[in-house]
Amino acid sequence: MSDKETTLDFDTDWSYSPAPQSSTEVKLRDRYNLFIGGKYQPSQTKDYLEIINPATEEKLSEVPQAGAADIQSAVEAAREAYTHTWSPMPAADRGKLIFRIARMIQERAREIAVIETMDGGKPIRESRDVDVPLAAAHFFYYAGWADKLDYAFPGRSAQPIGVAAQIIPWNFPLLMAAWKLAPALAAGNTLVLKPAETTPLTAMVLAEIVREAGIPPGVVNIVTGGGETGQILVRHPDVDKIAFTGSTAVGKEIMRTLAGSTKRYTLELGGKAANIIFADAALDQAVEGIIDSIFFNQGHVCCAGSRLFVQESVYAEVIKKLQERMEMLIVGNPLDKNTDIGAINSREQLERIQAFVEIGKQEGGEVYQSKCNLPDNGFWHAPTLFSNVSQSHRVVQEEIFGPVLAVQTFRTVDEVIEKANNTPYGLSGGVWTDKGAKIFKVTREIRAGVIWANTFNKFDPTSPFGGYKESGMGREGGVEGLMPYVRLDG
Amino acid sequence: MNNRIEVRKTHKLFIAGKFPRSESGHTFSWEAPDGAATANICRASRKDFRDAVTAARSAHQGWSSRTAYNRGQIIYRCAEMLEGRSAQFCEELRLQGASSPAAHQEVARAIDLLIYYAGWADKYTQIFSRVNPVAAPYFNFTVPEALGVVAIVAPRESGLLGLLASLAPVIVGGNTCVVLAAKDYPLCAVSLAETLHTSDIPSGTVNLLTGFRSELLEQFAAHMDVNALVYFGDDRDEITLAENSAADNVKRVTVCGTTEWEGTEALSPYSILRTQDIKTTWHPIGL
Repeated sequence: MSDKETTLDFDTDWSYSPAPQSSTEVKLRDRYNLFIGGKYQPSQTKDYLEIINPATEEKLSEVPQAGAADIQSAVEAAREAYTHTWSPMPAADRGKLIFRIARMIQERAREIAVIETMDGGKPIRESRDVDVPLAAAHFFYYAGWADKLDYAFPGRSAQPIGVAAQIIPWNFPLLMAAWKLAPALAAGNTLVLKPAETTPLTAMVLAEIVREAGIPPGVVNIVTGGGETGQILVRHPDVDKIAFTGSTAVGKEIMRTLAGSTKRYTLELGGKAANIIFADAALDQAVEGIIDSIFFNQGHVCCAGSRLFVQESVYAEVIKKLQERMEMLIVGNPLDKNTDIGAINSREQLERIQAFVEIGKQEGGEVYQSKCNLPDNGFWHAPTLFSNVSQSHRVVQEEIFGPVLAVQTFRTVDEVIEKANNTPYGLSGGVWTDKGAKIFKVTREIRAGVIWANTFNKFDPTSPFGGYKESGMGREGGVEGLMPYVRLDG
Repeated sequence: MNNRIEVRKTHKLFIAGKFPRSESGHTFSWEAPDGAATANICRASRKDFRDAVTAARSAHQGWSSRTAYNRGQIIYRCAEMLEGRSAQFCEELRLQGASSPAAHQEVARAIDLLIYYAGWADKYTQIFSRVNPVAAPYFNFTVPEALGVVAIVAPRESGLLGLLASLAPVIVGGNTCVVLAAKDYPLCAVSLAETLHTSDIPSGTVNLLTGFRSELLEQFAAHMDVNALVYFGDDRDEITLAENSAADNVKRVTVCGTTEWEGTEALSPYSILRTQDIKTTWHPIGL
């Protein structure tokens, strides 16, 4: 095989006709309000955040920038609902109401997917096939737990904690809301959710669903705003539990803020996952997995496989296949069903990614970018691969949160385990090999909370997700995902 | 015969399976409540703590990769050694102020606590592991794993039972640890180190320090190569300091109340779980 060198040639008739998803059924309001105590309320700050489509830079809507007074009424509403409605309600009834949310997300799936794509820039294929169905599945899974909690924790009686403050990021807006809401509600807690500054629109739809599903007023409250709004929420004295997904730096700040308080917290923070290809792996399959691991959702994924380790003997072959595959990725209109890579979520994030690529070049990394045409408007970044980098390079050490892969080589199993673990992060990892014994050796020794063997970036409501080390604490998904929302009485 | 001059023990630290004095050269004097005995106890320094963390880190790979059966047997062996020395521990507890029946009861409960956790070694992962029915053709399982190096601030109120209740759930789960013993009850801590040393527990798995919380707590919480802190007590200032410092490397902090070492809480697999991380592994099913 190897003497017959073949190259794929895409300079011929390889182009796709546009296949845009219609957005006509999406009716966004010019302005959204806060969802507090079952009602839509304007913010007392009277400040609004402009929400734009990162693929076009056009304004989509605006949402309030909630302040201390808004947070106060949201927490009060949540406390009231906790004490008088939600926690005393028969668990089976709570479950039935949560099941309704799952069903209503499914019913409005296409509309929500389009909004998610317009608001966040992710390809419609991903919001349609991943974000929205998984969000519905999370509600469906945890709904069933509501009246079965005593079976989750043998020897203990699981009780709700109280009012949860939940702060979520912009990379999977609806899905992260589902990860937060579903277990909290199933366990009998009430909550205040703060969506990310740039991506609040699907949370606004979720508010409608919560209301129409008949969830009692105050059980779910949704406040929009930036980092400052989040800080006020974290500091509020009547919040019992914080659940945060975002950067490690902010996670540490939250830990310091909560030091000495009795508030509980779970953190799902950054990552810099190692993806390891052994020479005996099915290489085409592995390359497909690598592409998915780093370019899924423009690389805006905390568990992205942003460090690739290739066993030396197959390095040249893997790099060639990767580069060829990168050339096939379609970058552009996120609403086009053929699009693989959509828009970068914000100008700020684009500039951050570009700065890292500059740093990578200055530190001597060799850069390869796919020769795609980037649209004129909006925020875009070509799929990027760094080689000739080592453990100390910043593009290897730091989380970029964009479509940038750093490739290194290794010879032995022990060497690659040591390199893979040489990071303060520990969210996820990947290993590609056809030898079962090697899979178990490597997956056992990688210090990370989720390990994919011969696959990557798979998620499921029954499967716990969360990090080791500085990637956070606590799990979302599965039985473990209930743990942060219950008090275990003896 | 009564004129025989007694040979007294030098009370030392326990680091990396050895018994060094504090590198600082400092000691603090301890006196029995009834004045019947005095001792100079090592006042561990921050450097002693760092050395102990290095020892615990080096020991972690070996200890965590022992079979669960083997870890169970070694902890059982610790109980055997403690049983054999129960007279010595009773005597020390009495010197530290306990009544004779209370001393006997504490030693008996300490031994039984070790047996209890020895038995969990090859079972807690079965209680807390899952095979998750994911909605796609993948085999997916979740298991608890040791966090790594755990710093423990043992209960102030108990020299033996509290000390063991703070460390047994940590090591049975494959972690290694550095423990700061109760300052007012140091005799049992030093003797426990000698007992562990003869019980097949690998060097560096348990490191025992005597000294002052006020001098060591912040380092316990801030050290970048410590994965978790288990703190016994209810001092809000201490807890605030510890939790604040722990943020530097997102350290897991467990605050245990002042009585959690003696109640039913002390005997529970959930105590093991607090120094475990949770790992989920996916693999496709297919050709």
